[in-house]
Amino acid sequence: MFEPLVRYFSSPSNREVLFEQFAQHVYMALVPLVVGVLLALPLGRLAQRVRWLRAPLLGGAGIVYTLPSLAVFVLLPSLIGTGYTSPLNVIIALTLYTAALLVRPVLDALEAVPSHVTTAAEALGYRPRRRFLSVELPLAVPALTSAVRVASVSNISLISVGALIGVGGLGRLFTVGFERPDVVQTVVGIVATVLLALAVDLLLVGLWRLLTPWERAGGAVIGE
Amino acid sequence: MITEILAWLTDPANWSGADGILAQTWLHLLYSVLAVVVAVLVAVPLGLYIGHTGRGSVLVVGFGNAMRALPTLGLVTLLAMMFRGSAALAALVVLAIPAVLSGTYSGVRAVPAHAVDAARGMGMTSGQRLWKVELPNALPLLMGGVRNAMLQVMATTAVAAYVGLGGLGQILISGQQTGAYERMAGAAILIALLAVLTDLALAGFSRLLVPRGVLLAAAKSGTRSRWRR
Amino acid sequence: MIEFRTVRKQYDDGAVAVQELSLTVRAGTVTALVGPSGCGKTTLLRMVNRMIEPSSGTVLLDGHDVRDSDPAVLRRGIGYVIQQAGLFPHRTVRDNVATVPMLFGRSRRRARRDAEELIERVGLSREMGGRYPSQLSGGQQQRVGVARALAADPPVLLMDEPFSAVDPVVRAGLQDELMRLQEELGKTVLFVTHDIDEAIKLGDRVAVLRQGGHLAQYAPPEELLARPADDFVTSFVGRDRGYRRLSFVDSAGLDPAPVDTVHIGDTSADVPSRAEWVLALDAHERPRGWLHPNATVRGQLTEDQLIAGGSLHTLGSPLRGALDAALSAPSGLGVVVDGDGGFVGVVTARHVLDLIEARQHPALTEGAA
Repeated sequence: MFEPLVRYFSSPSNREVLFEQFAQHVYMALVPLVVGVLLALPLGRLAQRVRWLRAPLLGGAGIVYTLPSLAVFVLLPSLIGTGYTSPLNVIIALTLYTAALLVRPVLDALEAVPSHVTTAAEALGYRPRRRFLSVELPLAVPALTSAVRVASVSNISLISVGALIGVGGLGRLFTVGFERPDVVQTVVGIVATVLLALAVDLLLVGLWRLLTPWERAGGAVIGE
Repeated sequence: MITEILAWLTDPANWSGADGILAQTWLHLLYSVLAVVVAVLVAVPLGLYIGHTGRGSVLVVGFGNAMRALPTLGLVTLLAMMFRGSAALAALVVLAIPAVLSGTYSGVRAVPAHAVDAARGMGMTSGQRLWKVELPNALPLLMGGVRNAMLQVMATTAVAAYVGLGGLGQILISGQQTGAYERMAGAAILIALLAVLTDLALAGFSRLLVPRGVLLAAAKSGTRSRWRR
Repeated sequence: MIEFRTVRKQYDDGAVAVQELSLTVRAGTVTALVGPSGCGKTTLLRMVNRMIEPSSGTVLLDGHDVRDSDPAVLRRGIGYVIQQAGLFPHRTVRDNVATVPMLFGRSRRRARRDAEELIERVGLSREMGGRYPSQLSGGQQQRVGVARALAADPPVLLMDEPFSAVDPVVRAGLQDELMRLQEELGKTVLFVTHDIDEAIKLGDRVAVLRQGGHLAQYAPPEELLARPADDFVTSFVGRDRGYRRLSFVDSAGLDPAPVDTVHIGDTSADVPSRAEWVLALDAHERPRGWLHPNATVRGQLTEDQLIAGGSLHTLGSPLRGALDAALSAPSGLGVVVDGDGGFVGVVTARHVLDLIEARQHPALTEGAA
């Protein structure tokens, strides 16, 4: 059963295609994740502070989240003037999805910061912006992590759909594999996608641990 | 561009016929609803069992995460190659199951422990606790799971047109193959619209289904958990 | 009657929750199980309705081993109230209360009608029946919890820290309500609490448990206060033990003395200035306050010329009230009233203490007299 696999990987052109599309996939996955998070933070903060904006922001995010990816990939060019097969369509769409997915968790995480902590920070003389960046945001990180992980994994799986409109990434292996037809190539594509999702997920967990050293203290109170 | 899309959308000729918008919309909806119904029939009993007994909860989390990572296009093309185009329907079901399963499971887990303890202490049997206490209170999250599954399936149905399943994606793909962007865009708008309307309909249905007391209690705290599309 | 016979509970991890413990809860009385967390009190309570099975020993309910009954059937015959009330969020208050009768197969209409009566009985209005639990305050939820436990009229009531999650004022109200209900219903109640004051207030008998599930003392509250079995009980019962014990000492033999009185509305002519404290009464002879020694009254005597009085001692109630009345009065004279609130006389703290001493050392005081 390994024979077809061996044959697949023994071809230099196969390896080259796989490597190239994998790199493209990584690029299209990470950029939306980072930009989406950076977008969701101020939006979530806005939803938290400005009460009347909360419903439209969350409602808007809900609708964006509902839109099927293929439809968004296709419609973006006529809305923002990108090329029909530009990777930008996928990147922008996934950025929107990521932000839409994260607005609510950001809001919830910020709301979950105990008020005694924010009050204490205020009493210590933090200005609002500094307080948000150095007190509230770090405390919100643990609650945010799981949502960011969901966004990352689903982004990585969604990018493949872009192959249907001619954008690169591991999805190419599926379209090419289907036309030929070539089951091995498709399986390789699926496995590569899942492995990438797993790797990024582990990376995020590591990042989370790095960002929140206090969570590792495990709640052991000295003297108890 | 916009005018061309509008022209395509408003041309009655595009709406009728076996490959017309109406027929494909109907097919799209039919496949999606069918897949979600099958997923519900499989995943709800399983989720209730796991949530009620606590047995196999690791499975739900692990399975859910792994399924999330599976690329839908890869799954659809693989099944179509190994069997035939309509096998993509199985992919729809497979992709819908984790959302319903995790919604049901977390719904049961989210029922206040003291209410379940009280039910036990009052002499409800295991089955009575499940049907009379856990299931009604799990409905908000359960229905959230169904809505997420429907989003997922709606999107995947569009993708599955690539292997010849039919539905609105068919129009989009054929537009792409012939370079008719107005067809692609028009179909994309219809796909998006159908997804939003279906979600709204499910939201309304969910409001009818969830007991009022649970809605009131949920308004005080909980929110709907998100899956992916 | 509930009987624990050398019950023991050891969990799989080796932790012992209850250590060979025997205890009898008399029918128609309230027994409070009290102790610090980890003393096994909840474990003990949950053995009665088989929510927890003992590792060894037996629990008898009216002489029958609870293990002989099907757990669900057994539990339907036992009222169960827990800390967060455990109301079903999806059911109205009325349907929550009707739960057990409906499990017994009673018709929905009949169960709901009975439920409404019970809702009123626990001090809520009938209209509350249509509300949902999330629309009630914590105290109201707890009342519904009690009503629900009473709905099938079970002879036995298990209450696991039912009032711990509400604030002290509401808690006191709930405790009074429970005592009133218990007077009417005469249930066999097993009541778990970590609050010794609650145990002393509600329990006909109090079982003090120590960490690891040992029974430290099982006695009526007055005995617990008077003669704690060991250091653990002494420290657990806490401060002011002697003073609190007066709650269980009747005031028979306390002889109120007369004092000068005036009435609201009297003119200055009727109220000559005196060198002693003077008590002011209203038209129904109820005490309203004190006039300071040597105070002069201008025109008619009104309430705003009075100094507020202390607490009142009702004739025949426990001695603690008499001592408190004396200590809290500005004049040092505790005002004693009859059941209708009419003035009877005054006592000093000295009076009360003499009476206590006379009871503790009858021979000594008789000898002196």
